[in-house]
Amino acid sequence: MNLRIEHLEYTYGAGTVFEKNALKDVHLEIPEGQFVGVIGHTGSGKSTLMQHLNGLIRPTGGTIYADEEDIFREGSDMKKLRSRVGLVFQYPEHQLFEVSVLADVQFGPKNLGLSQEEMLERAVEALNMVGLDKSFYDKSPFELSGGQKRRVAIAGILAMKPEVLILDEPTAGLDPKGRDEILDLVAQLHEKQHMTILLVSHSMEDVANYVDRIIVMNKGRVMLDDEPARVFAHRKELEEVGLAAPQVTYVCQQLKEDGWDISDSVTTIAEAADEIARVLKTCSVE
Amino acid sequence: MLKDITLGQYYPADSVVHKLDPRVKLLWTLVFIISLFVFDSVGSYLVASLVLFGLIRLSKVPFSFITKGLKPILVLMMITVAFNLFLTPGTVLVTVWKLKITEEGLKAAGHMAVRLIYLVMGSSIMTLTTTPTSLTDGMEKGLRFMRTFKVPVHEIAMMMSIALRFIPILMDETDKIMKAQKARCADFESGNIIQKAKSLVPILVPLFISAFRRANDLAMAMEARGYQGGEGRTRMYPLCYEKRDRMAYVVLALYVVVMFIAARFMTLKFLMGLVG
Repeated sequence: MNLRIEHLEYTYGAGTVFEKNALKDVHLEIPEGQFVGVIGHTGSGKSTLMQHLNGLIRPTGGTIYADEEDIFREGSDMKKLRSRVGLVFQYPEHQLFEVSVLADVQFGPKNLGLSQEEMLERAVEALNMVGLDKSFYDKSPFELSGGQKRRVAIAGILAMKPEVLILDEPTAGLDPKGRDEILDLVAQLHEKQHMTILLVSHSMEDVANYVDRIIVMNKGRVMLDDEPARVFAHRKELEEVGLAAPQVTYVCQQLKEDGWDISDSVTTIAEAADEIARVLKTCSVE
Repeated sequence: MLKDITLGQYYPADSVVHKLDPRVKLLWTLVFIISLFVFDSVGSYLVASLVLFGLIRLSKVPFSFITKGLKPILVLMMITVAFNLFLTPGTVLVTVWKLKITEEGLKAAGHMAVRLIYLVMGSSIMTLTTTPTSLTDGMEKGLRFMRTFKVPVHEIAMMMSIALRFIPILMDETDKIMKAQKARCADFESGNIIQKAKSLVPILVPLFISAFRRANDLAMAMEARGYQGGEGRTRMYPLCYEKRDRMAYVVLALYVVVMFIAARFMTLKFLMGLVG
């Protein structure tokens, strides 16, 4: 599914004293199969933008096209849209409510009006994807660990078989192991299921390691939109809006300033390791 | 949708009424409401009106804000007025179908309408000019004497202020949970009443869990900061009476006296005599 966002505007509490422009003239195109990172400071409008993509919020101006169809047109099928564009909220485990893991994951498919067999099939498939086996099916979602709960909640979205998956800070509040598990899961979904992924995050490291493209939001506008290395080259501008490049980028930039012949557009630890190894090898040859 | 609900709505402004001690305002409201129901002559309503509109002017709160509070009780008021109008026995004035409007009924309905409107307006002035925190502070200190009757005044006040503090938090939470379930294609609008009630389960269960989680966190945070109940607790802004508060009490006493006199002497007959 291709998404095209055109001149999107959103104003909170229009006409009152609390009026606030959350989004201003946002113009974006997200082609099928891309892995996009969305970063921005708190209140930059990134979450608001994401909630427009599956029709939870109606824009006050502009619109969004999904495969050339205006999603806010009169009589647009919101249920269908929401099953095609899956949105995983921040702390998604807070939305769990059923008596068992399996029943909770089936909630989405049930709302889509699928048959019993299909519901079960989809739930089992989704739980497989997030790496939860049979032993979890009948457990109460409330007796699981934080990371496991979150995977159940993500499975609840995956069971609707979305083509686009949006994750709003999926790693918030998790320990490093839980964080890596979730991010690896997301990367797998991208590779194996060929889903379009939009990953909203605060962590530059998370984003740099996985995505093909980064969108930087600031004060309701798109500030930068490019591939990771290019975006992180704008270190100064990012710092001005309360963001930063990955730590390893800073290390490489410092090394370059100290006279090493090293690329300063490194964004991941693996790249940095290769770069440093290359530089050290050329040194020893001399 | 949930943002339209305003509870304990405070209208910030720089006025004498805003600056008054909350205890003064509580007592004023209480006495004002009682006076509406005790005295019922035209004269006392005139005095009450003068005082009410004077206070509104003093408080610098726009009139529309005060009348906004009347909307939710409109239906209740209409029913009360209708009952009084049609069901009071007495001299019949007009007969509409099987319903009789009597002179006494007309009078009673008028009284009831004025009382209810003034009651809501009077208490609105208090809630609009006092923050919820200072209101509970005022209640705690003003009702301290109740402790001799083993009433846990501090605990009740603390519960009230926590409850008030949690209203906006839980509203936000409800909004978030609703959106999260909508993202899973949940439908809250269509279906009959039973289906609609059932569709609330995916909202209510997470909401309750989150309320308990927050309550637990807050209790822990309070204990971590050494909270052990009201005994020996000091305040950052202790409530102290100032000159204007004492003045307000004097004015209140005067109001009661004037109301007494008005109820006694300024009856409709007396006023008619004055005009004629």
